[in-house]
Amino acid sequence: MILIIQDEDTQTITIKGTKEGLTLFIEDTCSYEDVITQLKKRMKEAEFTQDEPIVPVHVKIGNRYLTTEQIKEVESLIITDTKFTVESLESNVVSKDRALAWLDESDVKRVMKIVRSGQVLSVTGDLLLLGDVNPGGTVKATGNIYVLGNLRGIAHAGSRGNQEAIIVASYMKPSQLRIAEYISRAPDYETDGVYMECGFIHKEEDKIMIDRLQTLSHIRTDIRGFERRMQNG
Amino acid sequence: MGEAIVITSGKGGVGKTTTTANIGTSLALMDKKVCLIDTDIGLRNLDVVMGLENRIIYDIVDVIEERCKLHQALIKDKRFESLSLLPAAQTSDKSAVTKEGMIEIVATLKQEYDYIIIDCPAGIEQGFQSAIAAADRAIVVTTPEKSSVRDADRIIGLLENTDVERPRLVINRIRNHMMESGDMLDIDEIVQVLSIDLIGIVIDDDAVIKASNSGEPVAFHPDTKSSIAYRNIARRILGENVPMQSLEDEKGMFTKVKRFFGMRS
Repeated sequence: MILIIQDEDTQTITIKGTKEGLTLFIEDTCSYEDVITQLKKRMKEAEFTQDEPIVPVHVKIGNRYLTTEQIKEVESLIITDTKFTVESLESNVVSKDRALAWLDESDVKRVMKIVRSGQVLSVTGDLLLLGDVNPGGTVKATGNIYVLGNLRGIAHAGSRGNQEAIIVASYMKPSQLRIAEYISRAPDYETDGVYMECGFIHKEEDKIMIDRLQTLSHIRTDIRGFERRMQNG
Repeated sequence: MGEAIVITSGKGGVGKTTTTANIGTSLALMDKKVCLIDTDIGLRNLDVVMGLENRIIYDIVDVIEERCKLHQALIKDKRFESLSLLPAAQTSDKSAVTKEGMIEIVATLKQEYDYIIIDCPAGIEQGFQSAIAAADRAIVVTTPEKSSVRDADRIIGLLENTDVERPRLVINRIRNHMMESGDMLDIDEIVQVLSIDLIGIVIDDDAVIKASNSGEPVAFHPDTKSSIAYRNIARRILGENVPMQSLEDEKGMFTKVKRFFGMRS
């Protein structure tokens, strides 16, 4: 059932009821002040009985850009004195800064160098290192780390907490692998390194595992990144 | 116009001073005008290894603090006319030698000498920074030990951020039997990790210790393996293409080194 409630003068706010709750469309050509006045009015009209369940609301604001403060204001108008909760607030537009930050996050940074003992190479987004990470050297990325070379030092992927991040190396003999807040270290006995392997967080085991590169296609199917991160935004 | 080469290692006790003395001696043997500079202020050794300790009147700090002229502090070697030493001070500390002071001294020496070999102090602090400030090229000395290779790696990283040319590597104190048994790092392995060009390998040799105790660098007499190794390094500095020394006449190691050198040259 779809229920459309029409406003007398304008259609600033349209509310549709669906199975998932209510979808609230806010028209994007009128002024922000109008939105607020209309929203207050519409929320007052809503009547609730005592034992009514909480209704989730999805807000769609079209091609309107709202600042963080404005978003808060809109949300608080919807939830105060009602049985609504704001499930999502979707806009078709983002600010340029935000978009650039996303781009930066999802970009693959190519670096050609040897990260030597005592050096730290830190990037936003994915890191593609053409070179080695020597013992005592550290590479860090907010996304994935791909080392086309020998990884003998420390690699920290998903350094801002992305647990989906992976670490790949042509030759892997790291002193430590870190993904998000997980840390694993090399065993105390001397080992040979492994070729073409990847490190990732194994959810069931709750720790970092190293496996053949080929298994990646099963465990991380959405490695492409950009769109995924936009959703997570 | 001469060239300044800094001999450095990061870690102490790997043989910087011995390498400096022997490369200097070898270059002098090949009729080059060479000046050695000891920048290890407070812990000077180069003069002892060269056997020139009792001739010191002024030192590098006296020059920098203008208590004497540069040529007054230079000590002529007792064996070669063409070899001089600018000794370190024993009483000051490492901050006494500044970058500017070094650059000025080396610039002056370059007008007169073909090669200025700078013996760098251990560590990566100001003493190291001053020593490399005036260098055109660098030779990194390491031994086949993990700790020493780790420090060499750190030093190479620091040198990469300066104007100094891509450093070259000397692997010192090689003990052949330990390398073969796998108790010491392999030459290939070291070069692979550090990924810089090898300019020489020097075997661990009793003659080196004996020579430095008698104040006469081992390179002066061409009768030991280490002496030949140092002379080969000097020839490579001059641009000659000298094959790497075989560590032993055993076939296995020999072909290994040969194969290795084939890859490099």
